[in-house]
Amino acid sequence: MKIVSLDPRVTRENIDAETLEGELQPLDHFETYEVFEQRKRGTHHVHVGNVHAPSHELAMVFAKEQYTRRGQCVNLWVVRTSDIFVTEYMDSDIFETTATKKYREPDAYKVIDRINAFKAREAAKNA
Amino acid sequence: MYGNAYVENPAATNSLTANEDPIKLAEFEARIAAGEKIEPNDWMPEQYKKQLIRMIEQHAHSEIIGALPEGTWITRAPGFRRKLALMAKVQDEIGHGQLLYSAAETLGKSREDMTNDLISGKSKYSNVFNYPAKTWADSAVIAWLIDAGAIVNQLANSKGSYGPYCRALERICAEESFHLKYGHDNVVFLATGTPKQREMVQDALSRWWEPIMHFFGPPDKMSVHTEVLMRWKVKMGTNDDMRQTFLDMYVPKIWDLGLTLPDPNLKKNEETGKWEYTEPNWEVFKQVINGNGPCNKERLAVRRKAEEKGRWVRNAILRKDAKYVTPLA
Repeated sequence: MKIVSLDPRVTRENIDAETLEGELQPLDHFETYEVFEQRKRGTHHVHVGNVHAPSHELAMVFAKEQYTRRGQCVNLWVVRTSDIFVTEYMDSDIFETTATKKYREPDAYKVIDRINAFKAREAAKNA
Repeated sequence: MYGNAYVENPAATNSLTANEDPIKLAEFEARIAAGEKIEPNDWMPEQYKKQLIRMIEQHAHSEIIGALPEGTWITRAPGFRRKLALMAKVQDEIGHGQLLYSAAETLGKSREDMTNDLISGKSKYSNVFNYPAKTWADSAVIAWLIDAGAIVNQLANSKGSYGPYCRALERICAEESFHLKYGHDNVVFLATGTPKQREMVQDALSRWWEPIMHFFGPPDKMSVHTEVLMRWKVKMGTNDDMRQTFLDMYVPKIWDLGLTLPDPNLKKNEETGKWEYTEPNWEVFKQVINGNGPCNKERLAVRRKAEEKGRWVRNAILRKDAKYVTPLA
């Protein structure tokens, strides 16, 4: 049975309603590339998603179509997903800052009390 | 464009958590309760993963198939501006399909498998797209009200627990606000136009009302199933909640235009604040979702044809040493 549609373009295709020709095999839709977008000069590139593509060039074309449809963008990066090394969420404790590294934080340095005490002492001396 | 109307897998009626490690499960649920997102390689219950894959996949298919009834009208759009806008909308929908396929892929089902399951009829998509868009007014009603329904659903789901799905939905909702405006503009134009135009839009609205009511899925039966899926923030509201939100937002706007809806019992109960309506025919819904709607065969045949016609191009540019890894996020 051929498909008859309200859409003349579909009817003209003369499509069989039933046949099923060969299934897609793994990678028929290509590997993935991760996409990074810079919305404005001076800002960081930010990861926005991925595209399936056979090459960097086409990944760039698809990334532009897919991720820069609205708003502004000044620069795009694409990189093969398989080239990215990632940490595991289950290991995210490696990022925890321990109390012993407090010296790396700006709020570990409080000088105002010392300055005030110094000023008070000087004032007393000169009084 | 996707509603809540997916069919539950009857085999999964046992407890969703029966074989899970209780300690990991408790940690997982605590994370969700604290409002944190789950990311692809986190530990997750088998059923969480399964339900999400099914849901996101069906959502992706709905975007792709949903472009077909509207795409029909691109060549016959009344005027250049309408044609450009409709093309942009249909392109958006295809893009949304890509975003959603990527989100589902992070859970381990490949895009090829999803496409195979769509074409073979194993996977479902939103039932509304099995109906024909008979006139230009149909495309206006779809763009306004089906997209409105989808936005109600997608906004809710974007607050769900699975990171990649939430991120895709935020992007989608941002783009769909134009669809809604465009659709409303189209309907208003027809409804305030000539008697012939009014008649067209009224006819389209009357035909689409039942599919729109179906769109949010059958009435809720608060099973343990629903309760767990809501606790896991896979399902963000019951079908009836979503339907009520939609009715509350859009029925007044429809009535404003002097259009009527084919349900004499439709009214807001001012005491309860809830809308009352005649249940749509759920037998018809079941029939259509199981392949017997007016356009099921055509939709899948068109999708399959596109796959077949594109195959030689894809084969010609395949990279021989391509290596598949699951998308990261």
